[in-house]
Amino acid sequence: MRFNPLFLKKTIILSSFFAIFSICSPNAKANSEGVDSAKHAAEHTEQVAEGHEDAHGKEGEFNATETIMEHISDSHDWHLWGDKSFGLPVILKTDAGLVHFNSEEFHHDNEGSHVVEANGQRFVRFENKVYYASETANEKGQYLAFVGEHPTNGKPLDFSITKNVASMFLSAILLLLIFTSIASSYKNREGKAPKGFQSLLEPIIVFVRDEIARPNIGHRYVGYMPFLLTIFFFIWINNLIGLVPIFPGGANLTGNIAVTFTLGVISFLVVSFSGNKYYWKHIFAPDVPWWLYPIMLIVEIIGVLSKPFALIVRLFANITAGHIIVLSLISLIFIFKTMAIAPVSIGFVLFMYVLELLVAFLQAFIFTMLTALFIGTAVEEHHHYD
Amino acid sequence: MIGSIAAIGAGLAVIGAGLGIGRIGGSAMEGIARQPEAASKIQTAMIIAAALVEGVALFGVVVALLGTR
Amino acid sequence: MELVTPSIGLVFWTTLTFVLLIMLLSKFAWKPIVAALNDREKSIEDALNAAEKAKEELSRLNVESDKLIKAARVERDKMLKEAKTLSDSLIHEAKVQAHAEGAKMIAKAHHEINNQKLAALAEVKNQVGALSIQIAEKILRKKFADAKEQEALVTELLKDVKLN
Repeated sequence: MRFNPLFLKKTIILSSFFAIFSICSPNAKANSEGVDSAKHAAEHTEQVAEGHEDAHGKEGEFNATETIMEHISDSHDWHLWGDKSFGLPVILKTDAGLVHFNSEEFHHDNEGSHVVEANGQRFVRFENKVYYASETANEKGQYLAFVGEHPTNGKPLDFSITKNVASMFLSAILLLLIFTSIASSYKNREGKAPKGFQSLLEPIIVFVRDEIARPNIGHRYVGYMPFLLTIFFFIWINNLIGLVPIFPGGANLTGNIAVTFTLGVISFLVVSFSGNKYYWKHIFAPDVPWWLYPIMLIVEIIGVLSKPFALIVRLFANITAGHIIVLSLISLIFIFKTMAIAPVSIGFVLFMYVLELLVAFLQAFIFTMLTALFIGTAVEEHHHYD
Repeated sequence: MIGSIAAIGAGLAVIGAGLGIGRIGGSAMEGIARQPEAASKIQTAMIIAAALVEGVALFGVVVALLGTR
Repeated sequence: MELVTPSIGLVFWTTLTFVLLIMLLSKFAWKPIVAALNDREKSIEDALNAAEKAKEELSRLNVESDKLIKAARVERDKMLKEAKTLSDSLIHEAKVQAHAEGAKMIAKAHHEINNQKLAALAEVKNQVGALSIQIAEKILRKKFADAKEQEALVTELLKDVKLN
């Protein structure tokens, strides 16, 4: 994030550069109607210079903000190490139907300067987003038109199997494998004591049932067990996979707002659909004088909506913050450009990692717990308004 | 400039949440010390209350994040 | 800003994956697992209850057997005591009987002895009588002629007999 003074300094340098550049650019645009090749080359050098300033260049200065942002945000390629990465399918819903190609075809371009043609349509990628490419490149070699920092080109709906989606599929497959195997061992060893992996996960399943579902929902907990167990283990395993720094892990899935948003919305839907008449009466016809209704209605609706919103943001912020802290501590080594800081940095990172293991469980627990609590209030039978 | 203001906002949100969660934790400790047999119930209630306070703080942080770009 | 803007693709895939996951897991995993857990818990509870019941039964049986043993012991003691009393009384009776018998025999013997003595005495008296008759006969034969003498003799003899 941009709160570190060091990063701020970078930002200020960067923005002052952009300020100068933007003063120059109307001139350049006016002159380059015919795309003067010399001018273009000059612009290109400038872009390289900017790359240096921006720390995009290989020998450029290390930019912690950029590195961290790259690590915690989604991407079309799965970065392995150094400049090794492998492509994932890009699936676009364009006006002319579905288009798909491998993300390798962007050639790691993220500046909007490499055009990919598929199904007769042209696409470019800029800051991890796919845009319809402009007919011609602008002065920086980008096939995009800009207003300020943001491209004005149209965007196809991006249903790509990104790094996060691939990681999610992996986690889903893992969950299916783990729990079907456990289920079969329950079948094979019916009535016997748990063994092996089964005995590792059984206390957690029992924990979800006895500590989360039963006390919060009451006797009607049975029907919600599959949902609660799935959401608990889904969040937990993805938190843990996100903590693994090497290949199959590392995707910041539960720290992505889209994922937590979906989970929150699903939880909200489950709560709303299980709400009984007492619950809805409490919201839409509370026992207050009628002239308070306009205020009460707004308050109640905000209350109802803020619950899933808090769930969404809590999970997102906790996991993202964990990743950012770990990456920031690692970045210290590169910011100070000395190995001397490494032991301190690694010590702190280890500490943070242990803490994050706890947080991974705790966030899964809290998400499930609060969902169960909300379901509990929605299905509660007798409300007394005295 | 906006970034730094947002950072101050996030910091303020964190101060509030810190105070709140601190009070919750302290009171929970007292409660547990007074009634050790109710520890698990108090813990659950504590986590829920802390989560709610944290939720409010996170709103602040999100608003701060929205302000950065 | 970008960080907190959900991307449609990820929302779509997450929804799809999650809903599929819930369906598959509830069918193939949670249902059997939760059922198995409940079953096992129930069977454990049943077993515990049964054990408790068995324990109760056992303690009840123990109490009962204790009672039986105690009763048996009392019975035995009673029987022993009875036997002892019986034997004591038998011995006593026998003793008494023996005593009585003995006393009776002694009395009989005494009686016999007395009888014998009396018989003997009677015989002696008879013999003395016979003897004295014989003597008297002899004397009579000898001194029959002299009536005076005879008389004197008879008187004397009679004197002698009186002495006896």
